[in-house]
Amino acid sequence: MENLKFLVDGIMALLENGGWKYLVMWLIGGLLIFLAIKKEMEPTLLLPLGFGTILVNIPFSGAIGAEGPLTTLFGAGIANELFPLILFIGIGAMIDFGPVLANPKLMIFGAAAQFGIFFTFCLASLFFDLPDAASIGIIGAADGPTAIVVAQKLGSKYLPAIMVAAYSYMALVPIIQPPVIKLLTTKKERMIRMPYEGKNISKTTRILFPIIITVIAGLVAPASVALVGFLMFGNLIRECGVLDSLSETAQKVLANLVTIFLGITIASQMEASKFLVPETLLILGLGLFAFIFDTAGGVLFAKFLNLFLKKKMNPMIGAAGISAFPMSGRVVHKMGLKEDPQNFLLMHSIGVNVSGQIASVIAGGLILAIAGSFAGFMG
Amino acid sequence: MNFIENFNVDRFLYSLQYMWQGMLGIFLVIAILIGSVVLMNKIFSGKKRKKNTEE
Repeated sequence: MENLKFLVDGIMALLENGGWKYLVMWLIGGLLIFLAIKKEMEPTLLLPLGFGTILVNIPFSGAIGAEGPLTTLFGAGIANELFPLILFIGIGAMIDFGPVLANPKLMIFGAAAQFGIFFTFCLASLFFDLPDAASIGIIGAADGPTAIVVAQKLGSKYLPAIMVAAYSYMALVPIIQPPVIKLLTTKKERMIRMPYEGKNISKTTRILFPIIITVIAGLVAPASVALVGFLMFGNLIRECGVLDSLSETAQKVLANLVTIFLGITIASQMEASKFLVPETLLILGLGLFAFIFDTAGGVLFAKFLNLFLKKKMNPMIGAAGISAFPMSGRVVHKMGLKEDPQNFLLMHSIGVNVSGQIASVIAGGLILAIAGSFAGFMG
Repeated sequence: MNFIENFNVDRFLYSLQYMWQGMLGIFLVIAILIGSVVLMNKIFSGKKRKKNTEE
């Protein structure tokens, strides 16, 4: 009978002191799977994350540990930031920068909408050390790969909570943004029309754009070269016109493959002992703040610019500068149509949304650059 | 609760400099990118118009 004791070891672990934590994590994993399937909230990440959470919280799980495959995958692709960077190649290949190139001034809203990152960083620093606070602030980048790379490089121990917050709130953008936009704008402002004048962008410009962005961003913030470079490499594959099969592979096969590994590997950090800590709730709250203040930053900046412009802009497009592409652009467009069924903001809001992707990656690089001076704080 | 024990106003005040530095940094980089795109659009769409006129 002693030889068969292993059959009940797992069940006994659930019944022991602290065993309830496993059950809570199963519920959290189940919730993530439910949100992914039933509510279709970022299913590409939340489903593997949810299932992986269950995997790693089965007592004595063979999926983690010295010989566990998830721990091995973590070391191979997350600890060295490789998986998110490779995913960025796929994301870059998916993005059409045409709307931004046609109206480059819109990029300024992408910059304004990163306010939530730095504001949340400051707020988080009340409770967390500066590297952790910066990792929490980067939730506001609304970009999974950027959040993973920054949090890993800064050695944050809150990566699981940061990931859950970042991906959950990205999917909740249609719920988070509208109330904030309505609070900060009047009906008259929301009804401002912005006619779109299409512009043909030369192929040369489309090819040079990713190269120039990489060089400029890299010179200013060398720490961002990997992030920006991989994103723009993907875009260059798309735009060069001679690598159609590579572009298609990057957009579909590569992106899907890496996403599978990324989701389930991040889950290796979702052990109860790491996730079920009071800090997780605080991080989830701060993450929400980051998204709210990103939205507010973009909208308020647009309203500020309107003070000086004869031809007013619809301030809602500032909110589209959050990097949650294309949801944020669509949210703003729908809100515009609701106020005025003839007001088509889509091309402007998508242009701002795309520029938010660029700005969020640059913000990630800047966070990494300034992290070098964190040691200057003694106390 | 660790984060309550870790509450530190001095750290918050120290971090405020990063808020304006970070936002200034992003605006500067984006402004340079805007300028680059405007320049590229002028140079390369201008060449196309010249080519069309010559034809």
